[in-house]
Amino acid sequence: MMNMENKQAWNGFEGRIWKKEVNVRDFIQKNYRPYDGDESFLEDATEATNKLWDMVQRYQKAERAKGGILDMETKIVSGLTAYGAGYIIEDAPELEKIVGLQTDLPLKRAFMPFGGIKMAEQACLSNGYTPDPEIHKIFTEYVTTHNQGVFDAYTPEMKKVRHNKIITGLPDTYGRGRIVGDYRRVALYGIDYLIEEKKQDFANCGDGTMTDDVIRLREEIAKQIRALNGMKEMAKIYGYDISQPAMNAREAVQWLYFGYLAAIKTQNGAAMSVGRVSTFLDIYIQRDLDNGVITEKEAQELIDHFVMKCRMVKFARIPSYNELFSGDPVWATLEVAGIGVDGRSMVTKNDFRFLHTLENMGPSPEPNLTVLYSSALPENFKKYAAKISINTSSVQYENDDVMKPVWGDDYSICCCVSATQTGKEMQFFGARANLAKCLLYAINGGVDAKTREQVAPSFGAIKSEILDYHEVIQKYEVMMDWLAGLYVNTLNLIQYMHDKYYYEAAEMALIDTNVRRTFATGIAGFSHVVDSLSAIKYATVKPIRDDAGITVDFSTTGDFPRYGNDDDRADDIALWLLKTFLEKIKKHHTYRNSEPTTSILTITSNVVYGKATSNMPDGRRAGAPLSPGANPSYGAEKNGLLASLNSVAKLPYHWALDGISNTQTIHPDALGHEEQERINNLVQVMDGYFDQGAHHLNVNVFGTDKLIDAMEHPEKEEYANFTIRVSGYAVKFIDLTREQQMDVISRTCHERM
Amino acid sequence: MKECDVMAKQTVGYVNALETFGLVDGPGVRFVVFLQGCKMRCKFCHNPETWALTGGEEWTAEKLYDHVKRYKTYWRNHGGITVSGGEPLLQMEFVTEFFAIAKQNGIHTALDTAGQPFTTEPDYLKKFKALMQVTDLVILDLKEWDSARHRTLTGFDNENILKMARWLSDNYKKMWIRHVLVPDLTDSAESLQAMHDFIAGLKTVEKTEILPYHTFGVKKWKNAGLSYPLEGVPVPTAEQIKQAENCLLHGK
Repeated sequence: MMNMENKQAWNGFEGRIWKKEVNVRDFIQKNYRPYDGDESFLEDATEATNKLWDMVQRYQKAERAKGGILDMETKIVSGLTAYGAGYIIEDAPELEKIVGLQTDLPLKRAFMPFGGIKMAEQACLSNGYTPDPEIHKIFTEYVTTHNQGVFDAYTPEMKKVRHNKIITGLPDTYGRGRIVGDYRRVALYGIDYLIEEKKQDFANCGDGTMTDDVIRLREEIAKQIRALNGMKEMAKIYGYDISQPAMNAREAVQWLYFGYLAAIKTQNGAAMSVGRVSTFLDIYIQRDLDNGVITEKEAQELIDHFVMKCRMVKFARIPSYNELFSGDPVWATLEVAGIGVDGRSMVTKNDFRFLHTLENMGPSPEPNLTVLYSSALPENFKKYAAKISINTSSVQYENDDVMKPVWGDDYSICCCVSATQTGKEMQFFGARANLAKCLLYAINGGVDAKTREQVAPSFGAIKSEILDYHEVIQKYEVMMDWLAGLYVNTLNLIQYMHDKYYYEAAEMALIDTNVRRTFATGIAGFSHVVDSLSAIKYATVKPIRDDAGITVDFSTTGDFPRYGNDDDRADDIALWLLKTFLEKIKKHHTYRNSEPTTSILTITSNVVYGKATSNMPDGRRAGAPLSPGANPSYGAEKNGLLASLNSVAKLPYHWALDGISNTQTIHPDALGHEEQERINNLVQVMDGYFDQGAHHLNVNVFGTDKLIDAMEHPEKEEYANFTIRVSGYAVKFIDLTREQQMDVISRTCHERM
Repeated sequence: MKECDVMAKQTVGYVNALETFGLVDGPGVRFVVFLQGCKMRCKFCHNPETWALTGGEEWTAEKLYDHVKRYKTYWRNHGGITVSGGEPLLQMEFVTEFFAIAKQNGIHTALDTAGQPFTTEPDYLKKFKALMQVTDLVILDLKEWDSARHRTLTGFDNENILKMARWLSDNYKKMWIRHVLVPDLTDSAESLQAMHDFIAGLKTVEKTEILPYHTFGVKKWKNAGLSYPLEGVPVPTAEQIKQAENCLLHGK
C-alpha cells in the first residue's frame, strides 16, 4: 500500500492511521483547515459553467415540455459499463471539468429492472416508450427480481394492510435506497487498494463453518469486489484510471463522483445520497491552492460542475411513485458544516462553495443541500447560509448538536433527514405506518371505514356515545401493537429480498464489510393523532356511525389544545405517541440484527396517505392531506412560528433517530424590513430552535401570493427554477402535481407584519 | 402586609392574542402580546377584533411571564417582549406588573401604543410613570398631524398624544415613531412635513417608520359584521411610500 505513487498522491497530508487502514474520518481530522471568514472570497461561475448550465436548463425545459421525461432507455439494462460515455455538450466534452452521466445522453433515464420488471416496463409504457420484449422474457422467465421475491413471500395479511394503505410507500417495487457509499474512499485510496482490503475481508470471513450468515456475506463480498473492478472499467470509458489515489483536487472530485456514479447506475433507490464530502474535498482544493496549482475560480468551477452532475440524476418512475414522491426527487443529499468531536468547526471554504452553487447556477432542489447546524458554527457561515435560504429556499438544516453524540462527526444524511455513519453503516429503509388510520381502526375494531374490510383482527369496536379517552387509548395501544408487529415483519421480508435480488454491491463496496445496520420505521399522520386524542381528552367527541355501525365521522364540541402551540397538554400526548410506538417497534426481531429506529417524516406522501384516511376527531376531513412530517396540522398554529417550533422541539431526537422533519414558511416581510435584518433574525430563530434540541428545519422564505402566482403562471421565466422545501426535500414548485401545489399553498405561512 | 401586597399584584389582563414570532414590533425577535380593548376606531385598523373593551383571555402577569419565558432562547441579546393591542394603556396596571417581572429577569420591554388614553392628570401620570420605569422602548403611532382630521380618522383628537410624545422626550424615554400611510388619507405633504418637524424636536426618537397601509385586516371587519370604511382604497405604491418617507424622515 505504501508504494511510491501513493506517497506522491498524499504529499503534504498529515496523519498515520488513515494510511494503515481505510479511515477517511482520520484523514479529514488530521488535514482540514477550518474557515471562519466570510463569503467575500467566492468566485462567480466561469464561462464554461455558464455554457454547460445553460445547456442543462435547455434539456430541463425540453423535459418538462415532453411531460417530464426527455428520453428513456428501453433495451439495455443499466449497469456500470452498460452505456457509452455521455456529455452535456457532445461536441465540447472539454468544457466539463467533472464528467460522467448515468446513460449515454443527458437526462436520459436508464432501464433498471432488478427492483421489479413490471415497474420498469410500466415506467416506459406510461411515458410512451415500448420496452424490449426480449428483456421482458429474461426478467420474467430467467431472473427473479426484488419485487417478485417479495410478492412470492408476502402473507395475505401483509397484502391486505398494503392494499388498505395503513402501511404505505413500502420499498417493494423500487430500490430501498438510503445507503451512502463512502465515495471519498475512491479519491483517497484508489480502487486497487479498496479491492485488496475487501479481499482481506473475504479471507477473514468466517472460520470455515458455513452458516447462512457466513455464506451470504462471502457472496456479498465477492459481489463488492466485482463492483469495484466494474468501477474501474466505467471510469476507463471516460478515459480515467481510478485504480490509484487522486493526485489533485480535480481528480479527487472526479474520483469521488465516479464512486457516486457507480451507485446511481446500478440502483434506483428512493434516496441516493452523495454524503458528507465538502470538508474532505476542501483538503485537496486547499493543497492545490497552497501550491499555486489552481485558482479560487477553478476551485469553484470544480464544485459547480460536480453539483451540476448531482442536479442531473434521474430515474424512471411509475405514476404511483410520482404521486408519493412528487417532483422527481432523488435525494442526492449532500452535507456541509458541522462541528468535530474535538470542538473545532468543520466549516471550510468548500462549505461556502457548495452553498454558492445556488448563486452561480440559481436555486435547485438537487443536490439536497443540508447544513449540519449548531449555534456554535462560525457566525459568518451561519449568516451566509441564512442569506442563501432567504434567497433560494433550497437549504435544509439539521442539528449537529443532537446527531453528533449518536453518530460521531463523520455521519452523512442518507435520505431526506436520516443520519448514518459514513462508510460504517447502512440503513434498511422502511417507509411509514399510518398511525392516523390506526387510531380509526382502534375505534372501529379493525374495520377500515373507507374500504369496509376487516383489516386488523377484530378487537371489538368502541360502542359508547361519547368517546372516553382511557378506553380509546387502551384500544389504540392494542391496535398499535398489532400494526407494529406486522409492519416490522413486512419490512423484514422486504429487506431480505432486497439483499438477495437487488444487492447494492457498488455502494456496499465502499462501506466497511463489518457494517452496522439500522432499521428505519416511520410514522405518518402524527399531528392528527395528537390533536384527535387531545379532542377526545379535553373536548367532547361523539362518533357518528352509519347503518352498519361503522364510525364514519365525529362531532366534536368544545375547545381542545392542539399540537403546535407550545401547549404542554397537547404536546405531552405527542411525546406519549412517539415513545409508545417506538417501544412497540423495538419489541420485534429485526432483520440481520439491525437496530430499530423510527421517524416522523412523510415527504410529499402526506397527500396520498391523506387520501386513504377517513374523517378524524380533530376535524380533519376524509381525503384531506395529512400534515407532513412532524408539522402541526394546517391552521392549528395560533401563536405564531416560535410556538410551533417549540412544540416540535419538545420531541426528543433519541426517540426518533431516523429523523423529525419540520417544514416552515416565512414571508420575507415578516422576517424583517431589509436583508441584513432578515439574515440576523433567521440566524437567531435557528439558534433558538436548535439549542433546544430540535432535529430538523426546512426553511422557506416566500409568501403564499408567490405560490399562487406560480401555480397559475408556471410559464413565467422567474418560476422555471422556483424551488421550495417540502417535508424532507426540495422541489421545483411547478413540477408538483396541482393537488400537491394546493396542499403546499394551504400550509401555514408565517406572515404577520 | 407583605402577603397582601402579593395578592394586590394579581391584576387580571385581558389578552386578545399572542404572537411568538414578531420581528417588526421592536428590536430583534419579539413576543408580542395583543391586549383586548381600544377606544379608537381607526378606519384602517387591521385588528378590529381587539376593539371590544370586554372579553379576551384572562392572564395574570406571572402566568404570562411563565409562558413568555419559553421564548428567551430565541431573543439572545436582540429581542424581548412587546405589548400591543388594542390599546395597552387601557390596562396599565397589568402591563406594569408584567414588565416589572420581565425587567427583573433582564428582558427588553417595548410598549406599542397609540397614546390615546394619555393625560397629565396627576393620578394617571403616577401610574404612567410607574409603567415607564419598566418600559425600555415606546413605539408610538402618530396617525395624523391635523387634530380635526385625526378625529375624523380615529374618533379622537390628538393633542394629548402629542403631549405624551413630548413627555416621553422630556423624561428621556426611547421612542420609535410609526405612521400608517393610507393614500389620500394620511399622506398629505404638509401633514407629514409638520410631523417631521415635531419629531425633530423630540430628543429620544431612535427610529421613524412609515407603515404602508395593507388590506390584510379587511376580512376581520367583515367577520365582525362591520362595513369596511376604506373599501376600494388601494395600498400605496412604492413611489408613494418613497415620497412619504422623504417627507416624514427627511423633511423634504
